[in-house]
Amino acid sequence: MTPADYEYLRKLLKEKSGLVLSADKQYLVESRLLPLARKASLPGIGDLVAKMKAGSQSITVDVVEAMTTNETFFFRDKVPFDHFKETIMPALMQARAVRKSLRIWCAACSTGQEPYSLAMILKEISASVAGWRIDIVATDLSQEVLEKSKAGIFSQFEVQRGLPIQLLVKNFKQVGDLWQLNPDIRSMVQFKQLNLLQDFSHLGTFDLIFCRNVLIYFDQDTKIAIFNRLAKQNEADGFLVLGAAETVVGLTDVYKPLADKRGVYRPSANRTASPPLAPAMGAGAIKAAAR
Amino acid sequence: MKTCLVVDDSSVIRKVARRILEGLDFQITEAEDGEKALAACRQALPDAVLLDWNMPIMDGYEFLRNLRRMPGGDQPKVVFCTTENDVAHIARALHAGANEYIMKPFDKEIVTAKFQEVGLI
Repeated sequence: MTPADYEYLRKLLKEKSGLVLSADKQYLVESRLLPLARKASLPGIGDLVAKMKAGSQSITVDVVEAMTTNETFFFRDKVPFDHFKETIMPALMQARAVRKSLRIWCAACSTGQEPYSLAMILKEISASVAGWRIDIVATDLSQEVLEKSKAGIFSQFEVQRGLPIQLLVKNFKQVGDLWQLNPDIRSMVQFKQLNLLQDFSHLGTFDLIFCRNVLIYFDQDTKIAIFNRLAKQNEADGFLVLGAAETVVGLTDVYKPLADKRGVYRPSANRTASPPLAPAMGAGAIKAAAR
Repeated sequence: MKTCLVVDDSSVIRKVARRILEGLDFQITEAEDGEKALAACRQALPDAVLLDWNMPIMDGYEFLRNLRRMPGGDQPKVVFCTTENDVAHIARALHAGANEYIMKPFDKEIVTAKFQEVGLI
């Protein structure tokens, strides 16, 4: 891959997905895109770039998906799910005792393990949420991973990473060498395609937003802009859960960390105010990100 | 340092498991069948057992049933690690007192996740 090809890919990925690649990530690009080139019967990444420059939309979509698809697993990092069960759900159920409805958003859900993990927890505590309406909306940039998510079919390797064996037996059906989530769990999650760089106000507001392990790939200005827009979709007494390597601290004051609950944040009183730190999201960038 | 008894009739699998578990700070003992594993447990109960199913002389399922009947035999966390990758076998293992279940092939990440799940790490 020539330096010019790498620069082209860096610029394109920033525009289309917000993904920021530093100058030393050539190996990452090569490891993700060489299999794609081979699949398209092209000799190398240079030829892939040439096709993209010639206007191949399908190759461009494949490249963005290959670079933005991240491996995940059930109950990843465990602690956020303990917080969900032991802290967030009790607080929200108390706050919504009259309304008896909750909306949860898993932003950048990848292949669905995160929303399905939440759905399995809700099934485990079904007695205490009987009579409640709980919506789980799961979004991702990649249509390909969303199709996989909807099917709820996972390899033996995938179901062994983080998923307790009792939950596997209880919630999955074995289909040959694969495992498919039972319909009751699958029906608890709605999947939608969404680019976090684009407007997401149409999704409505949420009591809880899980946005884990995606913002680490964005530059600081983009992170700030997304936090500020997330806060507008978060109920005033709601929650935001970030990944272990992510924080709002030092970036924006629209969220405040919840004491003793690492990774859990609550909207600040001034969350809807125009934040001074936020850069204007350029209309050009949004347009470029649209597919 | 926690102890783990690795029970498998394949010396290759025992070696791979040993390498992974030593990397997780476990002190390892090995047995090549259920009977030898029971003898080892009578000497000293380990904190964990990584257990194959199909083995000569005494299989993993019989070993587990015997272990759970021993004084203190309810203490070790038992993680099956087997090619018996179907729901019926998993259900039998859980019923007999297994704490977790690994379907072969496995890697360090899966072993780590399962040992974390049962509180061994």
